[in-house]
Amino acid sequence: MKRLITIAIVVLLCFILQSTVFQVLALANVVPNLLLIVTVAVGYMRGRTEGIFVGFVSGLLVDMVYGDIIGICAFIYMLVGFLNGYCKKIYYRDEITVPIILVCISDFSYNFLYYVFRFLLRGRLDLFYYIRRIMLPELVYTALVAIFLYKALHSINGWLEQSEVEEV
Amino acid sequence: MRRRRNISLHPKYIFGILTAVCVAIMILSFLYGDKLSPVKTAFGSVLTPMQKGINTVGRTISDKMDNFQELKGLKSTNKKLENEVETLKFQNKALQQDKSELSELRKLFKLDSLYPDYPKVGARVIGKNTNNWYNTFTIDKGKDDGLKVDMNVIAGDGLVGIITEVGHNYSTVRSIIDDSSSVTGVFSKTKDDCMVDGDLTLVDDGYIRVGYIRNKQVQIKDGYEVVTSTKSTKFLPGLLIGYASNVKLDSNNLQQSGYLTPSVDFKHLDTVLVITKLKEKLK
Repeated sequence: MKRLITIAIVVLLCFILQSTVFQVLALANVVPNLLLIVTVAVGYMRGRTEGIFVGFVSGLLVDMVYGDIIGICAFIYMLVGFLNGYCKKIYYRDEITVPIILVCISDFSYNFLYYVFRFLLRGRLDLFYYIRRIMLPELVYTALVAIFLYKALHSINGWLEQSEVEEV
Repeated sequence: MRRRRNISLHPKYIFGILTAVCVAIMILSFLYGDKLSPVKTAFGSVLTPMQKGINTVGRTISDKMDNFQELKGLKSTNKKLENEVETLKFQNKALQQDKSELSELRKLFKLDSLYPDYPKVGARVIGKNTNNWYNTFTIDKGKDDGLKVDMNVIAGDGLVGIITEVGHNYSTVRSIIDDSSSVTGVFSKTKDDCMVDGDLTLVDDGYIRVGYIRNKQVQIKDGYEVVTSTKSTKFLPGLLIGYASNVKLDSNNLQQSGYLTPSVDFKHLDTVLVITKLKEKLK
């Protein structure tokens, strides 16, 4: 229960930050994808099931507030959470490189899928322009933010796990 | 957490089920987009006050940063200018006051003479799309302030976009530079119709695309004004969209197309005006 509420607050907070403060702090006209970092981190630390749920909720939130066709972001975020859940097997407590690499791969896949769903299907074929203009800058910025955000999420997770042990 | 462990469903099945849910929602929202808006509104109504609150924080941070940068520049030039300033101070003050008054009056006059009939409501931009692919944003007025879907949004002296969604206390605006935006325009000088489409590949250069100019003979020069056409179904006629540049005959020799510089500075959009009059629909 405690975990549920904490994660809900984290997701909400990241969504709000992403849509407001980081819009002002945008570098190279892109905004880091905080919700993706949260989804990756939860999938990586906690496994597939939680990755799926966190991804689904984050994506749905984005769709509900900004999307016109609801479900696309939810699906992509969920897929990201699910696939990152497989990496729980290589989860190691003090590792930071692996989650950052996972964030990079996930962010690129997310944007690529989004491009396919929403741009390629409308006949916008200039893939390399979009890679240069959006995918790569967002990847770099997201990875940078992920270094700090992952640490924070990691300590939140540690704190939650500790309190769960105490409860049992 | 312990509750979930009891009903142990393999993650693969959960993924499958939720994928099906996603696809179902996609189809539903595609077919019955209007009917889902109460749900979306519920989400938005909860989130808008939070965004509004945090936005004031964000704005102060950015203001502070601007201040800091300004201060840095000022310090280096301060010494050079100090002597000059002393002599010019008195004159300058008087002149500046006059000038600001004049420019304000000019602005008001121009704005009002351009759009005399339309009733307008001011609104503040409170959040932008979290996705880097789109140029939609939310403003802090909604149904409670009398806004409706398809109302036109302007800023300064030009068209910004159109409201695509209204909640109780917020609305979502799709700007004309958005990749999925399309507006019927007309060249005010030559009276030729055209389509103005947003294009993500041109956003950085500050352009939007203009095309489907059927008249091959007419020569469109750079700087020609494009305003919204009377033929548009959703946009009120006569709103300035932008100025043409580099309009040429297409390679298919059927129509002309080119670029448009929007008259609104989309990078620094802070407050906008919503025209509370809707375009009348044909019945």
